[in-house]
Amino acid sequence: MESVHGKVHRFGDNIDTDVIIPARYLNSSDPEELKLHCMEDIDPEYIKKMVPGDIIVAGKNFGCGSSREHAPIAIKASGASCVIAETFARIFYRNSINIGLPIIECPEASASIQNGDELSIDFNTGIITDITSGKSYQGQSFPEFMQKLIDAGGLINYINENK
Amino acid sequence: MGMTMTQKILAAHAGLSEVKAGQLIEADLDMVLGNDITSPVAIHEIKKMKKNGVFNRDKISLVMDHFVPNKDIKSAEHCKIVREFASDNDITNFYDVGEMGIEHALLPEKGLVTAGDAVIGADSHTCTYGALGAFSTGVGSTDMAAGMATGKAWFKVPSAIRFNLTGDLAPYISGKDIILHIIGMIGVDGALYQSMEFVGDGIKNLSMDDRFTISNMAIEAGGKNGIFPVDDKTLEYIESHPCASSSLSSSPSSSKHPKIYTADDDAIYTAEYTIDLSTLRPTIAYPHLPENTHPVEDASDIKIDQVVIGSCTNGRISDLKIAADILNGKKVKKGIRVIVIPATQAIYLEAMDKGYLKTFVESGAVVSTPTCGPCLGGYMGILAAGERCISTTNRNFVGRMGHVDSEVYLASPAVAAASSLTGYITDPATV
Repeated sequence: MESVHGKVHRFGDNIDTDVIIPARYLNSSDPEELKLHCMEDIDPEYIKKMVPGDIIVAGKNFGCGSSREHAPIAIKASGASCVIAETFARIFYRNSINIGLPIIECPEASASIQNGDELSIDFNTGIITDITSGKSYQGQSFPEFMQKLIDAGGLINYINENK
Repeated sequence: MGMTMTQKILAAHAGLSEVKAGQLIEADLDMVLGNDITSPVAIHEIKKMKKNGVFNRDKISLVMDHFVPNKDIKSAEHCKIVREFASDNDITNFYDVGEMGIEHALLPEKGLVTAGDAVIGADSHTCTYGALGAFSTGVGSTDMAAGMATGKAWFKVPSAIRFNLTGDLAPYISGKDIILHIIGMIGVDGALYQSMEFVGDGIKNLSMDDRFTISNMAIEAGGKNGIFPVDDKTLEYIESHPCASSSLSSSPSSSKHPKIYTADDDAIYTAEYTIDLSTLRPTIAYPHLPENTHPVEDASDIKIDQVVIGSCTNGRISDLKIAADILNGKKVKKGIRVIVIPATQAIYLEAMDKGYLKTFVESGAVVSTPTCGPCLGGYMGILAAGERCISTTNRNFVGRMGHVDSEVYLASPAVAAASSLTGYITDPATV
């Protein structure tokens, strides 16, 4: 997956894991079941509007709160191809890399991109292009070790290949 | 260049003489923790690994605390996965109904974490053990799986913020008020990716329970960990809570002997705050973020429907004591539902012996078996649309305790107990 293309679903600051996937659904760990309730408490229509490949753009501290890996699992299963945010909460950041959900920190993109914009993202260069507005942004690159985890498809694959 | 307390613990566990903020390291782990929600996902992942089994059956703790006694069939199926894994791998520290407690109250009580340890847990409040002078942090299920298999985890070495606590607390002010005050001051991402290191001459005035509460909520400021220096109170606590896992405590290579790390004098901090504890008021975090803090006197018009006293933040014996002292001989306001949850079986028994449970029941409160239940809107106290709860728990996000249109106000056990008597958020000094 070197590039993705999709419409933006825009969210604000401090989107916590309780709204990404409410704890009342954590009696399941099945991605297909979790995705049905993704973002339910902040946008009940999210899963109906989401087309596979679409992109989430949010403000600061995305994924704060609980360590539940069910949150990035639900987002990935919902069809989102990437999450762009000003900053990510650290456990969500780790979990996304570990399960292979692409995430990009980019304060400039987070500040400017609007709901419904059409984006393309080149993961090789980290360049985010807003086709609707014609602007492009440089996402922050990952440290070398994290890029290796991402390239391996997550932590478990990385350990299987390297230990 | 000097290192912070956290950096020293991480360096020692990575076999390095020095680490710097931002450096990526691989550290050896003294304990890997999971609960009944996060462990099933970790067990699913560990089965994909080429390496069979777990790195050390004594250095894994599996605690069934979120949805037990099982609230529904799906939860029962989840717990069954963990029970079978614990049995198949002969996990020493497996805590199920009857022995379990809320994980972050249970592990220190069982002596499974000590000063100087490096601990990960697939639960965000794993940062609680910073109160013991350990490095401990929350991770997800995949990190837990890798940790169980290899005994290692990767970390980005954090920079640190120093909180200099001075003076002493006024009556009815506790660790909860301190940490809510700090989160209100720096915001829910104020310590993002960083350590929160608590220092100063005010620390000697804080009980271990106060320190557990403060470290517990470091994650609510985005912190990687929240750590206290080790003093006589820490060592006394560790000594009086010997390791429950005999193979760990008797092993010569055991980490279950406290190891004291201190920050270098020239350690670098990205920011420093001084807080005079004597100036703090009972502090309330309004919905829907823990940073929305107000002094209790601003909240006196807020009518409540439910009170929860418990959780990994405030379900310890001193929390129950202050609540019982306030409720003793009085009646809960008609129409207010008060739920008290001792965090572990040992705390439950001590509260029984000291008469606190009798006080609660006589006042009109209910007492539950240990569970995380209501804190995360799981069960045992779910809110309907439009209802309000004052709670000693740690999060007040949208829908956290139930309906998306319900509200959670975070406070200390003293404020929660006082509010039980009036039906409004109440300063404990006034009841």
